[in-house]
Amino acid sequence: MKPTNTADPEYFHKVVDCQFACPAHTPVPEYIRLIAQERYTDAYMINWESNVFPGVLGRTCDRPCEPACRRGRVEEEPVAICRLKRVAADFKDDVKHLIPQAGPKNGKRIALIGGGPASLTVARDLAPLGYELHLYDEHAKAGGFMRSQIPAFRLPDEVLDEEVDYVLNMGIHTTFNTYVDSLQSILDKNYDAVFVGCGAPRGRDLPSLPGRKEADANIHLGIDWLSSVAFEHTKKIGKRVIVLGGGNTAMDCCRTSRRLGGEDVKVIVRSPFEDMKASPWEKEDTIHEGIPILDNHVPKEFVVKKGKLVGMTFEKVKAVYDEEGKRRLVPTGEDLVHVDCDDVLIAIGQENAFPWIEKSTGVRFTSWGTPIINDDETFQSTRKEVFFGGDSAFGPANIITAVAHGHKAAVSIDMYCNGKNPEVDRPAPHHTLVSQKMGIHEWSYDSIPVTDKREAVPLVDLKEALKSKTLEVELGFDADTAFVQAERCLNCDAQTVFTESTCIECDACTDICPTSCISFIENGDEDDLRARLLVPAENPEQDLYVSDTLPTGKVMVKDEDVCLHCGLCAERCPTAAWDMQKFFYTMAKATPDLLVEAAE
Amino acid sequence: MSYVKPKFRHPRLPTNRLGFTVADYDGAISTLCAGCGHDSISASIRSACFESSLPPHRIAKVSGIGCSSKMPTYFLGKSHGFNSVHGRMPSVATGASLANRDLTYIGVSGDGDTASIGMGQFVHLVRRNVNMTYIVANNGCYGLTKGQDSATADLGSVSKYGDVNGFDGIDLASLAILQGASFVARSFSGDKEQLVPLIRAAMAHNGFAFIDVVSPCVTFNNHSGSTKSYEETRAHLDMMPLDFVPMREEIKAQYDEGTSKSVTLHDGSAIHLKKAISGHETDNRQTALNTIQQANAENRVLTGLLFLDPNSQNLNTKLELATRPLNELGKDELCPGSKVLKSINEGLR
Repeated sequence: MKPTNTADPEYFHKVVDCQFACPAHTPVPEYIRLIAQERYTDAYMINWESNVFPGVLGRTCDRPCEPACRRGRVEEEPVAICRLKRVAADFKDDVKHLIPQAGPKNGKRIALIGGGPASLTVARDLAPLGYELHLYDEHAKAGGFMRSQIPAFRLPDEVLDEEVDYVLNMGIHTTFNTYVDSLQSILDKNYDAVFVGCGAPRGRDLPSLPGRKEADANIHLGIDWLSSVAFEHTKKIGKRVIVLGGGNTAMDCCRTSRRLGGEDVKVIVRSPFEDMKASPWEKEDTIHEGIPILDNHVPKEFVVKKGKLVGMTFEKVKAVYDEEGKRRLVPTGEDLVHVDCDDVLIAIGQENAFPWIEKSTGVRFTSWGTPIINDDETFQSTRKEVFFGGDSAFGPANIITAVAHGHKAAVSIDMYCNGKNPEVDRPAPHHTLVSQKMGIHEWSYDSIPVTDKREAVPLVDLKEALKSKTLEVELGFDADTAFVQAERCLNCDAQTVFTESTCIECDACTDICPTSCISFIENGDEDDLRARLLVPAENPEQDLYVSDTLPTGKVMVKDEDVCLHCGLCAERCPTAAWDMQKFFYTMAKATPDLLVEAAE
Repeated sequence: MSYVKPKFRHPRLPTNRLGFTVADYDGAISTLCAGCGHDSISASIRSACFESSLPPHRIAKVSGIGCSSKMPTYFLGKSHGFNSVHGRMPSVATGASLANRDLTYIGVSGDGDTASIGMGQFVHLVRRNVNMTYIVANNGCYGLTKGQDSATADLGSVSKYGDVNGFDGIDLASLAILQGASFVARSFSGDKEQLVPLIRAAMAHNGFAFIDVVSPCVTFNNHSGSTKSYEETRAHLDMMPLDFVPMREEIKAQYDEGTSKSVTLHDGSAIHLKKAISGHETDNRQTALNTIQQANAENRVLTGLLFLDPNSQNLNTKLELATRPLNELGKDELCPGSKVLKSINEGLR
């Protein structure tokens, strides 16, 4: 193999698994260390800079970081990254003075359609540069699906309001309670650019299922119903409720039903339990609240008697997988199952819908109904001054993805407004690499990993929780638990950096490495090297770090897979050929990084 | 500085015949200087015991005093150990080996502990063919007392302070062969591919097995002018690679006729010598000595198995001692009663 090019920041970026997996590339180990040092405000600001909604995400994030966490590969459970983020938000001091202000006006005007996380991120990034931002939303408040579809018992209004207001207070012009029904009318207002962040607003229905029309009064689309609850138009539901669907929206629907009068609430889903789209922890929370999940049930009919919904019938199926792993649901042949109910909530997915975008605007769509966008970097549509982001760009995803889109779209809009092509010469990510050596054998971070296990976040009493629509169920970690949980982080951003020219091939690093990551062997192609390492490198998703040829003709090969970043290789290196260097990386943003220096 | 090694190990570490991973043969974290050759020897002993599937609790580590003699702390944390007086490890090892012949004995010593203060004890240990593996971590200096020349420092080698050594160094390998040792080898701490099979073979050998390992002192003897630095040793290394194949295992590697040679040990395991230096015969004391002298004269560090007598008789056998460890002998065996006494007395009349 060729020597690894560590000058390319993407190499070390990939080693920080959590940060690499985060769509917004939040510097996770950095803020977790700050939490351990009780520097909650600093931890919060590092988050805020990357993901705009730390308090919201610390409660509701889909956490792509946690399955990626290295700790999950050397032990059973990953670091509780998401809930540590909430710790930073819970314990921070007042941060208002740290939030940037709107910059001196640059004369450019931007329209933002929809007030969700994508639009708010664009606003956050462009306001300090002096853009005049006009935000339109059909609801009375900004927040988008963070407000309309996440129930208050998971995300209290105060938390959301605080973080939405940090952005809106940068002098954003808001137009609420206004549904934009024509893109042309917006374009006619001569904005320099338009950002569409209106989400994927249409819930999928079961229009052709028998009884659908007759029972319409008691059948509700999940996302619309949640939104109606959030804005207090809907205050109760029948005693017996069926929720159709297996995603996070279905979980929110059933738990909300329990708080609105639903006593016998069931989730009924077509797929097997393991295949359900909902996050494992959301399924756990649902079961904890006494809601059964019936899997392998395909809806067949809404049963209507005397013009009123009385139940549903289902066909029992089992999942059969073909050789390519493709799933088919095959009827088991058992009798149809009848389930009584008063109301049904359909939460089987969302789709994009842009009835308000006229063909004549030049914005074109794919056959899937999503806008044709240059690529996932620029977010520029077929009409040059119109940009998309969040769920409206590629279909339903999550908050953190919407934020990441917002950052990239803001860069594109800024380039476009300055007469540059957003496709070429986009700004590079910010990154630094600094030695953490404090003296002989001493590092500036807690290098030896602790063996504490992951702890679950404490919950309020179930009876109390079910009485209230707004009482937050999760209590969050206290400071002591947060410290222990933060210490579980392996500091993957403390990179093992190798310098061939000073290595004397004494093997000290190989001998000490607790996880046998380092081998000095004859070079070969990647498959060959992977097989010949001290412990074969069987995880192809993790890179090999290969040095140039050493004096004996061998090369140093380090398998990044289960490196603990404990620094022992560097401690035992007599010539400092190994060094532990902190890699700090943030994705390119329109606004220059404000806080990076403070963090280092 | 870290005083503990993290608890986590590679989740896919291979296991040996006993179901142990190499981590089960770990000791405490080393407190020797970073980059010390001795740590590589520790790692090689660890690998050798793992690969040979020795139960850790059936191994005893013995040592004297010095950097080298601290080493047993850093490997085989679940084995027995005795850190004895300076240069007196041979006495302890002899006694232990006679008292319990069933354990595997690994002695670790240094050039000071063996070639200076312990020289008298060492030659008698060799002469008696005590059943053990004796490893000298040879760095040619007194690292623990700031790097003075030791008795194995080569003539002309320059110390860290600039003094040129005016004495001939003691060649422990030659001495051992001369004194009748049954297994003599030399290796280099930076060559685990050779050192690990050598240690495995030494442990399988029935009798005294001596391995002189050049192990650079990274702090006091790794400068230019030193003949035992990493760079200098590598530059003059003349390796005779080998494989060790335990009794139960099939021989998988292919060896060319003529260039390789195989020796079977008493327990049925085999040593495959992959490249014999021309004229070198491991089963002939005289030619072995000659080739070593020749290599020394030519400034070559000749490493590999230098001499082996696979049919040697160890001390226990020679003295016709009890065939079981003393701690296993019961009252009836130790005190056989008046009947037996009578028959002995009868025999002496």
